[in-house]
Amino acid sequence: MKVRLRNPDRVVDVSGPATVLDLLKELSIVPEAVLVIRDATLLTRDERLNETDEIEVRPVLSGGAS
Amino acid sequence: MKCKVCKGPAVMDIRRHNAAFCKPHFLDHFRNQVARTIKEFSMFTSDDRLLVAVSGGKDSLAVWDVLIDLGYDATGFYLDLGIGGYSTRSKEAAIAYADAKGAKLIVRSLAEEHGYTVPELAKLTRRVPCSGCGLNKRYEFNRAALEEGFDILVTGHNLDDEVATLFGNVLHWNVDMLGRQAPVLEEKVVGGATALVRKVKPLVRLAERETAAYALLTGIDYVIEECPMVEGNTQHRYKEAVALLEESSPGTKNHMYFGFLNRVRHRFGDEDENFELVPCAGCGAPAARWDAAAEPVCSFCKTKRLALGRKQQ
Repeated sequence: MKVRLRNPDRVVDVSGPATVLDLLKELSIVPEAVLVIRDATLLTRDERLNETDEIEVRPVLSGGAS
Repeated sequence: MKCKVCKGPAVMDIRRHNAAFCKPHFLDHFRNQVARTIKEFSMFTSDDRLLVAVSGGKDSLAVWDVLIDLGYDATGFYLDLGIGGYSTRSKEAAIAYADAKGAKLIVRSLAEEHGYTVPELAKLTRRVPCSGCGLNKRYEFNRAALEEGFDILVTGHNLDDEVATLFGNVLHWNVDMLGRQAPVLEEKVVGGATALVRKVKPLVRLAERETAAYALLTGIDYVIEECPMVEGNTQHRYKEAVALLEESSPGTKNHMYFGFLNRVRHRFGDEDENFELVPCAGCGAPAARWDAAAEPVCSFCKTKRLALGRKQQ
């Protein structure tokens, strides 16, 4: 499946992961720090993924001055 | 996962609440959490005029959106920091949201107001960009609120922001900062006039992941890219560390922040007794006077003088 990552913007090919949680583990991404999006819809961590999916993993933690 | 309310398919899980929600019930949950926070901390009423500090990011646009939907009189304020294309896109996002919602947005520019951008300020003062940026934002937000006659300044600080700040203040035992960390910072009167407008943070019960989800699900087109000056920022590293703790023990962030507010904060005063708060000789904003013989100058004016002095050399 195609997975879009941000900051910097890039697309990587990942094959195999059965669920959102599996995908994030494979990419070494902490689930609490991202949203996972397919077809403009949010996915929960138990959602099953397909090889043909186009997924966006969007970081949510911002830094900087407050 | 199933929605906790209707048992339909969930789109958002919140592990610290041991709950998941479908889109409509997540949006209800989000708005209810904001309304609960406003009431719990007596932040403001529908009679107050609110100025919302808007960056074009998810948190500030989300809090503005909820306040408008809840029927509050909420005007946005965008400060152009002059950080190249990032500031351009952030401003466009803030303006686009205001136009779509029919909301009033005040726009000011740091370069026009004071003669420097955030990148220039960092070079001139030889300090990290986030330091000067934070100081200038706090100053300009407050100045705009005072000049435009607003009662309350609203910021989009969320639970992760507050926990990261608390985490840093504890790591370094910044005792004076611990005393000042709260969801409501009361108005400060100096020399008989309001010098600091009441400042409130209605998103402190909501994690950053939830504000991002709210923005996405409501179609708010926020700026996703990170500020280019933030790389290696301490606050960001603290957030990553806390996210790891939250992942292994859901509820950690909530316990840390609300435990601090409910059981610890009162042990720290919100004033350092060694100085007197007086009007700044340069601009009238509050300035700490440690020595009666010294001219009181606020942090903002000191930094501005330093930057503009070096710029003219």
